[in-house]
Amino acid sequence: MTDHSLEQDRTLAAAPVAGGAAAVGATGAEELVYESGLEVEVRSQWTYARRRFMRHRLAVGSLIILIIILGAGLLAPWVAPYSFEGYDVNSLEAAPSLHHPFGTDLLGRDYLSRVLYGIRTSERVAFIVMVLATMVGTAVGMVAGYYSRWADNLLMRFTDLILTLPALAVLLVAAGLIGKGNQYRVAIILSLLLWTALARIVRGQFLSLREKEYVDAAKAAGAGDLRIMFRHMLPNSMGPIVVFATLTLGVAILLEAYLSFLGFGVQPPTPALGKLIADGQDVSSHDWWLVTFPGLTIVLIVLCINFVGDGLRDALDPTQRVRA
Amino acid sequence: MPEPVLSIRDLTVEFKTEDGIVHAVDGVTYDVFPGETLGIVGESGSGKSVSMLAVLGLIPQPPGRIVKGEAVYKGRDVMEMSKGELRRLRGGDMAMVFQDPMTSLNPVLKVGFQLTEAIQAHNDGVSDAEARKRGVGLLELVGVPNAEQRFDQFPHEFSGGMRQRAMIAMAIANSPSLLIADEPTTALDVTIQAQIIQVLRTAQEETHAATILITHDLGLVAELADRVVVMYGGRIVEKGDVFTIFSKPRHPYTVGLMESLPGLTVGQVGLQPIPGQPPSLISLPPGCAFHPRCSLSNGRVRCRTEIPMLRDTGHPEHISACHFHEELEGYQSKLVSEPVA
Repeated sequence: MTDHSLEQDRTLAAAPVAGGAAAVGATGAEELVYESGLEVEVRSQWTYARRRFMRHRLAVGSLIILIIILGAGLLAPWVAPYSFEGYDVNSLEAAPSLHHPFGTDLLGRDYLSRVLYGIRTSERVAFIVMVLATMVGTAVGMVAGYYSRWADNLLMRFTDLILTLPALAVLLVAAGLIGKGNQYRVAIILSLLLWTALARIVRGQFLSLREKEYVDAAKAAGAGDLRIMFRHMLPNSMGPIVVFATLTLGVAILLEAYLSFLGFGVQPPTPALGKLIADGQDVSSHDWWLVTFPGLTIVLIVLCINFVGDGLRDALDPTQRVRA
Repeated sequence: MPEPVLSIRDLTVEFKTEDGIVHAVDGVTYDVFPGETLGIVGESGSGKSVSMLAVLGLIPQPPGRIVKGEAVYKGRDVMEMSKGELRRLRGGDMAMVFQDPMTSLNPVLKVGFQLTEAIQAHNDGVSDAEARKRGVGLLELVGVPNAEQRFDQFPHEFSGGMRQRAMIAMAIANSPSLLIADEPTTALDVTIQAQIIQVLRTAQEETHAATILITHDLGLVAELADRVVVMYGGRIVEKGDVFTIFSKPRHPYTVGLMESLPGLTVGQVGLQPIPGQPPSLISLPPGCAFHPRCSLSNGRVRCRTEIPMLRDTGHPEHISACHFHEELEGYQSKLVSEPVA
């Protein structure tokens, strides 16, 4: 209160006559400060975010593990010791050993190789889901939040509708309807269900960004709707979008495993993590490695993705931080 | 008399709210001539900003509604223009400097990007290098040191004063004929205010733009304006050239504003505030909107029943909307009675 009123008093006191004189004196002072040769490195919000992320040890550690696992999956044809279909008749149902670190299955196929190829399938599906769901969710949220009114109503009621659908039932029906098997179909079905949360987040962001003065300023500078949406508002919403995309990756891997486990996802011979668990469960009482390794892989991937997501959220939106 | 750049006639703007209709601007009429600076003065909620936003087509409709009136800009009514025409006009020939430089720059975009955006949006085929050169030149013009490096920095690396300079650079990027400055110094501290006044002067000299200065700071008006419009409750209550307004105000509200300013004389009696609160724009007092707070009204019936029209005061181009402004004849503002250096 006191500070504020002081400030006002001074504003008034500097009124008509004093203004001119103060100008001359003050201009020099500020320039001195800036011209003292301080080379300033340009720091974008990403620079700060990267620094904050790097301080988050769990997230950085998880990111490294994730890169190793997903990288191994991506490079499966080169790093896998055997082909995923190759039989080794000399070691059927072999327990983990140096030759077969994850053991072999009933047909003598090397399980490490199958898990690596399974990761490859799962991550491919998950990445497609991440990209599609993020794009659809962002687009819907942008339009709804920017134009509000009837566009908002229409799109958000549609979003609500999708949200009310029981995901599992829809997935099973859809898989049955459009034919199970193809990994791309699975990816598309998952995307069509997963964009809703992001649409709501982005809509909320846009609703609040719309009221920002710099959006008015951009309008006053003659910027059109598209330019304002993409150039001014979207970059300001990137934080939540990136976090959502990361977490969606984890959700998609889980759901894909789920579907494949139930037999509605990716079909043999393409190995998928969920399918591997399903295959192994019949014999899980004695061949423990057949469910354990693919299961652990899924857990590890999803856990790491969630830690990375947490780290990103803390880094990109410091105001939401839970810990000090 | 030269052709006015912008000529506002009987502009009336309303906003629909839950509590009723807000009469933000009520029958406002004024002209802005080339090269001049017009100061629009008034308390918060007197309709100063809204009238300008209406001209730029930036009033959200609904809840806002332009009830009537026209804003003729270079011979064409802005209200009749299409969205696209209006958009090309904004930031091109008609530019605006906003109140708070801390919030008017997009935090995630480099200052230079925002500056070149303004240039390229209105000039087809300007190359990036050329736009950059002009942008750096503009930053130099408005007194941003190390413009070349500053160009690549983000708004959070700028101080408040520097940001406002950048905003002004952006506004004059396309040599507008009309520059609207909405409380350009309010969010800044006093020493920086003085610098920004200089920058606005430079900007005007460089572009020869007619400038509309919206403010509640009479000091700023005295520094920069040629003519003054005083608004109260969405209406114009007094209009005249800056010297007349400051030396011989003929509306009790303007007089009140002058009295509530501290002078520089030692030992003066306390400030004279205007009693009461600004009126609610939903239900303005009947008659003269200022009468409940007026020192001149003394409960006279006419003040309560009849909306005063703007009338000549006897000085050229000086009009006042007070039924009894003749009674202020002979009033000398203490602000000008002191010798001005």
